[in-house]
Amino acid sequence: MGFASPKTYTNPVYSYRHSPDQDTATPTHHSVIIVGAGPAGLSAALELALQGIATVVLDDNNTVSVGSRAICFSKRTLEICDRYGCATPMVEKGITWNLGKVFNGDGLIYEFNLLPEEHHKMPAFINLQQYYFEEYMVNRCQQFDNIDLRWLHKVSKVVTDDQGAQVEVETQDGVYCMTCDYLLVADGANSPIRTQLGLESKGQVFEDRFLIADVVMEAQLPTQRRFWFNPPFHSGQSTLLHRQADNVWRIDFQLGWDADPEVENTPEKILPRIQAMLGKDVEFELEWSSVYTFRCRMMDCFTHHRAFFIGDAAHQVSPFGARGANGGIQGVENLSWKLAKVLKQEAPGKLLETYNVERQHGAKENILNSSRATDFMTPKNKISKTFRNETLKLAARYPFARSLVNSGRLSMPCIYENSPLNTEDVDEFAAKMRPGSAATDAAIESTSGEQWLLECLGNRFVCMIGANVDEQQSSQLQQAIASLQDTRLGVDLLLVDAPVNIARCLGDKDKIIKDSLGLIRKRYQLMPGSVYLFRPDQHVCARWRTLRVGQVVAALQRALGFELENGA
Amino acid sequence: MSLLNVEPNFSDPDSFYAALTDLHRDRDAEASERINVRLILLLANQIGDQETLLEAMRIATEEE
Repeated sequence: MGFASPKTYTNPVYSYRHSPDQDTATPTHHSVIIVGAGPAGLSAALELALQGIATVVLDDNNTVSVGSRAICFSKRTLEICDRYGCATPMVEKGITWNLGKVFNGDGLIYEFNLLPEEHHKMPAFINLQQYYFEEYMVNRCQQFDNIDLRWLHKVSKVVTDDQGAQVEVETQDGVYCMTCDYLLVADGANSPIRTQLGLESKGQVFEDRFLIADVVMEAQLPTQRRFWFNPPFHSGQSTLLHRQADNVWRIDFQLGWDADPEVENTPEKILPRIQAMLGKDVEFELEWSSVYTFRCRMMDCFTHHRAFFIGDAAHQVSPFGARGANGGIQGVENLSWKLAKVLKQEAPGKLLETYNVERQHGAKENILNSSRATDFMTPKNKISKTFRNETLKLAARYPFARSLVNSGRLSMPCIYENSPLNTEDVDEFAAKMRPGSAATDAAIESTSGEQWLLECLGNRFVCMIGANVDEQQSSQLQQAIASLQDTRLGVDLLLVDAPVNIARCLGDKDKIIKDSLGLIRKRYQLMPGSVYLFRPDQHVCARWRTLRVGQVVAALQRALGFELENGA
Repeated sequence: MSLLNVEPNFSDPDSFYAALTDLHRDRDAEASERINVRLILLLANQIGDQETLLEAMRIATEEE
């Protein structure tokens, strides 16, 4: 329930289209079918389309998200969307913010600045209503011939075994069936397919209720995330205020477990709450509201035969920390390149198991962080509440206590530590970056038009080499590069600060860039001769101080899962 | 100059806080109180220095 139609946004209506698949005598076969056109499903379609894999996307509705839902999109998500080609409208429409303030009562206890490092293409965070985020993704999907987006095609049944999956689809023209090699299930937190297959997402429900209200107001409040514990206008509970696009502001009111959701989600209750918060003279209009109970839960295994669960269907978190949509998109990025490699027969099927291994780790990290934030806001018993309240009071004067105050730890890309796809360091690196880390962006110069390091990494394996070696090492490096090219492994080279003699021997897809600001040297500790191997999802999988072809080949084989096949 | 370190010093603040509240999660008030007392004594011994401990006591009893 709630106010179903926002005033600042008109949901696009995507029309139903009859597919030739509905008229065939036997079910049509596709390599990948995606169920659900939310952030996870759409990003899977885009990622696979860029890898040259055609997909069919089925959605039971005919529009994007109704009401705003997710609002905070992280730098990593934007970097991924930039690769899809849809980050620009997101950043333009979205609100870039850096400053967060935390209050206890009416006093400021501390503020934090996300202080984005300079020279990254994307901001640390933007706030953008989920419907815009999805609409821009749909727009991008429509530019791809190999994405077949079918609205009002509702999957009613799924059968899967180790060879493939079959889906039964209901439409206004009746029921039809299709088969596929892989089924990506992105049908949301209450995933009907998960239930139909007898699978469970397990975890805890937080015994608390939150009123989420989006209001429109012209008030020129600062663009900050403001969080109150026990504010004078909402005694004993917490409140969050966050700005979105179109002068829409997101307000979260903690209500307590005893609140009646039906009663709370009425204008008679909501409007006075908001008025008390904003001050009696502030004019606003209620855009959308809903009352939630939060839960954190995940599946024990995100894969079931040939069905792969992604997004909220696989793992669900409470919203403090912006880890739902952001975590979901990072999961999709993890799965998609592996799926593409397996479908192109460039990697063994076992590689797909590492989607579960790596993203279980990611989902647990997200759930741990959002559970802790939720626990801090909703202490479980009297003594925990005392600890919480005294921590808040100490925090106003003593910096140590601020490190304990938790109003949400904002989403950071997960590091795939201990992943079986990583090759552990044998050489010394002092950089924060390590095998398993997502690549950090940096401003660079190139002759081929790129201005950012991440634009040069793309969605394939890339070997980045510090090529500014002295003359003595130069012929050695040249030879190593030549023999790496001879292996025809499909690893593209990215030479940093290469002298002319080395640059001469490059292939079409290899690139030369200049680290003119010394950022790669600093962020990666890339010295002359150093090597980083990046996976197609731009995570580091290996690095060395010198280029040795044998090591690169072994690390690549490992990252493609060939060792899983032999070893386990 | 204060001997007590009031700057952030936890190696993992969120994990510490979670472990602390977990100690009390399924316990009654009396058990919680005893645990808190024992914790204070253990941590005080780790600090050891009387002046530092007095400084902590002073802050803990400060009027708001």
